[in-house]
Amino acid sequence: MAEPARQIQFGVFFQGVNFSTVWHWPESGSQTDYESFRRVAQTAERGLFSAFFLGEGLRLREHFGKIHDLDVVGRHDAMTLLAALAGVTDRIGLAATLSCTFNDPADLAYRLGSLHLLSDGRAAWNMVTTHNAWTGENFRRGGYLDAEDRYTHAESFVKAVFAIWDAWQGEIADRRDATAWADIQHPLAIQDEYYDIEVPRLLPPVPGGRPVTFQAGDSAEGREFAVRHANVIFSAHPEITDALAFAEDIRARSRAAGRPEHDLKTFPGQSFILADTLAEAQEKARYVQESQVTPETAVKYLENFWGRDLSEYDPDGPFPDADPVVQVTGSTRGSGFQLAKSQELAKTWRAIATEKNLTLREFVIHQTGQGIGRGLIGTPVSVADEIAQYVERHAVDGFNITPWLVPGGIDDIVNDLVPELQNRGIYRTAYEGETLRDIFGIPADSPSFAPVPAGIL
Amino acid sequence: MSRPISLAIHLDGDGAHPAAWRQAAHAPRALLTARRIRDIIGLAETAGFTLATLGGGHLPPGAAPNIVARIDPLQQAAFAGPLTTRIGLVPEVEATFIEPFHTANQFASLDHVSRGRAGWLVRATGDATAAKAYGWPPFEDEAALAREVGDVIEVNRRLWDSWEDDAVIRDTATWRYIDRDKLHYADFTGQTFSVKGTSYVPRPPQGQLPILSHDGLVDPALVDITIVHAPTLEAIPVAADEARDRGAALVGTDLEIVLDSRGEPATARLAWLDDHTPWARTGDPRVAGTASDLRDAIAFLAGTVDVVRLIPAVIDIDLPELRFAVLPALLRDGIIATPATGATLRESLGLGIAVNRYARA
Repeated sequence: MAEPARQIQFGVFFQGVNFSTVWHWPESGSQTDYESFRRVAQTAERGLFSAFFLGEGLRLREHFGKIHDLDVVGRHDAMTLLAALAGVTDRIGLAATLSCTFNDPADLAYRLGSLHLLSDGRAAWNMVTTHNAWTGENFRRGGYLDAEDRYTHAESFVKAVFAIWDAWQGEIADRRDATAWADIQHPLAIQDEYYDIEVPRLLPPVPGGRPVTFQAGDSAEGREFAVRHANVIFSAHPEITDALAFAEDIRARSRAAGRPEHDLKTFPGQSFILADTLAEAQEKARYVQESQVTPETAVKYLENFWGRDLSEYDPDGPFPDADPVVQVTGSTRGSGFQLAKSQELAKTWRAIATEKNLTLREFVIHQTGQGIGRGLIGTPVSVADEIAQYVERHAVDGFNITPWLVPGGIDDIVNDLVPELQNRGIYRTAYEGETLRDIFGIPADSPSFAPVPAGIL
Repeated sequence: MSRPISLAIHLDGDGAHPAAWRQAAHAPRALLTARRIRDIIGLAETAGFTLATLGGGHLPPGAAPNIVARIDPLQQAAFAGPLTTRIGLVPEVEATFIEPFHTANQFASLDHVSRGRAGWLVRATGDATAAKAYGWPPFEDEAALAREVGDVIEVNRRLWDSWEDDAVIRDTATWRYIDRDKLHYADFTGQTFSVKGTSYVPRPPQGQLPILSHDGLVDPALVDITIVHAPTLEAIPVAADEARDRGAALVGTDLEIVLDSRGEPATARLAWLDDHTPWARTGDPRVAGTASDLRDAIAFLAGTVDVVRLIPAVIDIDLPELRFAVLPALLRDGIIATPATGATLRESLGLGIAVNRYARA
C-alpha cells in the first residue's frame, strides 16, 4: 500500500468529565445541554474535522467513597446523543466510546448499527475494556471479569459484534413492486468461551462497510488488539518524539501481523492554546492550567494517590511530607488514576517538587501538564509550523482535540489554525469521498474491514 | 366538558398491516433511512398528534416476505428529537435482558435532546428466542416477567431521580462543580439484578418520563398511562374504569385504522392487502371506513379515556388522511388537544410536575 498523503486530521473529543474542562469561567457553557453539543459538532464539521468523539464513564467517580465533586461531571449516553447530532450534521464521523465488558453484543451491534444507518455510515466505535467490579455494580452481570481477561473477552466481544453486522443475507428490494421485502434472515449463532447466543438479524449493513473502529488502551495487549481490530488508535502520545516512537511501534506490530503499515491510523489526544503572540499564548496557557487545577483540585489529586486525607496541607505550601497509606490506587477516580504504584510515585514526585522548588499546587499543575494540560501552545502560525513537523515525519495521522472550554473551545482552531494548515497544504479543503472510511483515508480493502471469516466464532 | 383526548399514533415500518410495504410511497430500501424517519415523524407532528410511539423489540418486526428489519426506536427518537418541537417521542423498548442502567441513561439523554418530550412504551419479551440473544434464561411464567418489568421500571425511576435538578452548582467559593448531597445512589436490589447508581446523566428535563404499558403487563400504579384493550369500541369505557380502579393514572386505548383514501374504500384497500398477507386481529377494535367514521369513534371515547392511540394500516396512506381529514375537525371541536410548541410530554398529557423522591422537603 502506498504511503498516504501527508496531511493532518482533527477529531474533537467532548470529554464530559475531568478537570481539563474549565467550568468556572463566564465562557464555560453547559456540559449537558444539547446546544453545547450541536455547537461543537457543527463547528468541527465547518472545520472539516474527521470525527466528533464521546467518552464513556459508567459510574460517577468517587473520592474516598463519596462522589467526586470538584470536576465537571454528568454526560450523555453516547449513542443517543450522536443520533441526535446525526440530523444536524452531514459528513463528520460520530464516534462513541462503548465498553466491551458492560454491553451485550446483540444490543451494542443493534444500536450502533442503527446509528450507522441513521447517519449514512458515519458511526464509529471506540472499543474499550473495563474490568472493575466497582463499575460492575451498575450491571446485571456485576464485576464478572478479571483484569487479565479483559482483552480475551474483548476479542470475543468484538468478533461477535462484527459477525452480527456482517450477517445480513442478500439485499432489501429496491422496487416497490418487488415480490418480497428482503431475503429470509436466519438468526446468527455465536459460540465461544464467553458467548453462547443466537442473535436475530435486525439490520442490513450500511453500504460502505462497518463502523470505523477506534482503540484507546496503551498496554502492549491493547496495542496488539488495535492491530487486529481497530482502524484508528486514540493514543496517549501527543508529544512528537513520543508520537514517533509510538507510531514506529504500531507500524512494527502491523508488519508482524501482516497488516499494511499505514493501515492503522494514530490520533493522539491533543490540546491547543492559541493567541496572537507567543508571549500571550504562554500567559494564556498558565492561566488555563491554574483554572484547571484549582487549589482544592490540587490537594484531592494527591489524596487520590496517597489514599489519605491531605487537607491539612496548604495547596500553596510545600509538597506533603506524609507518605501514601496505599500501595496501589483504586479504580474509583477513573481509568487515568488506576493502579498507580503510590509509594514509588510519592518518592519521585517529592524529588521533582524539591528540585524545582514547587508548591503542592504548582507541582500538580506541572505534573498534569505533562499529559493533557500542556498541548501545542503558540500563534496559529507557530502551531501550524509545529504540526508541519508531525506531518513531515509522519508522527501521527491526526489529533483528537480535547477542548478545555465548552462550547467555544475549538472556535479559534477552526477559524485560525485550520486555514494556516490549509495554506501549507497539510489539511483537507473538502471532505474526501463518500464514507467515513474515505475521510480517515482507510482503504476499502483494509483487512480491518474484512468480514469475520465463517467459523472463527 | 372533560379534558380533550391526547391522540397518539403508532409508527412502525410502513404500518401495522404486514403487507403495508406493498402500498408504501417508497421502495423497500428507502425504509431504514434518516429521511424516512424525519418525514414521517414530521408529518405526525404537523398533523397535531400528542405523541408517536415507535415500534421496537428484541425480535424482527415481521417475517418474510414482509419487513424483517427496523432501526432501533430509541435511536430514531433521538434523531427526531432536535428536529421536532411539539410531538412526544415514545420508543417501545424492552424491559427484559437489556441492562436497566443503560436503558435509564438512554431515556434520560433522549429526554434532554428532545427538551422533555420523551416517553417509554414498555415492552417485555421474555421467551426463549429473545433470551437466547442475550444468553440469559427465559422467564418461566407471566408472574416472573411482571416482577422483572416492575423491577426495571423501579430502577429506571430511581436513576432518573438520582440527580436533583439543581445538583450542578459551579461554586467558586468552594471550587465544587456539583453539590454531591444532591446526588443519590439508586441502591436497588431486585430479584434478578441490582444497580448501585447514580445515573451518569443529569436528571431529565421532565424529571420522570411518562411510562406507558399495555394493561396486564404490570401493576397500573407503576406506570403513567395504562393502555387498555377491549374487543369493541363500546367496551372500552368499562375497561378504562376498571383500570382506574386498579390504580391507573391515565388510561389509553388502541384503535386499528384503515381509511378510505383517494376514492378507494377502506374495505377494498384492506382486502387487497389481506390478499398478500392477512392482518391478524389483535383484539383491538378496527375502524375500516371513512374519516367521519373514525372521528365519530374518537368522539365516542371522549371523557372515557385520556389517550387514544391509532394504529395505521399503511402509514403513507393513512397518516395523510389523518392529517387532512380527521384531526382538523377533532381539534376544532375540542375533542382532541394538540401540544404547545416547547411543552414537555408530561405537560401535554396533563401529568403534574414529577417530585424528586430524594429531594429534601
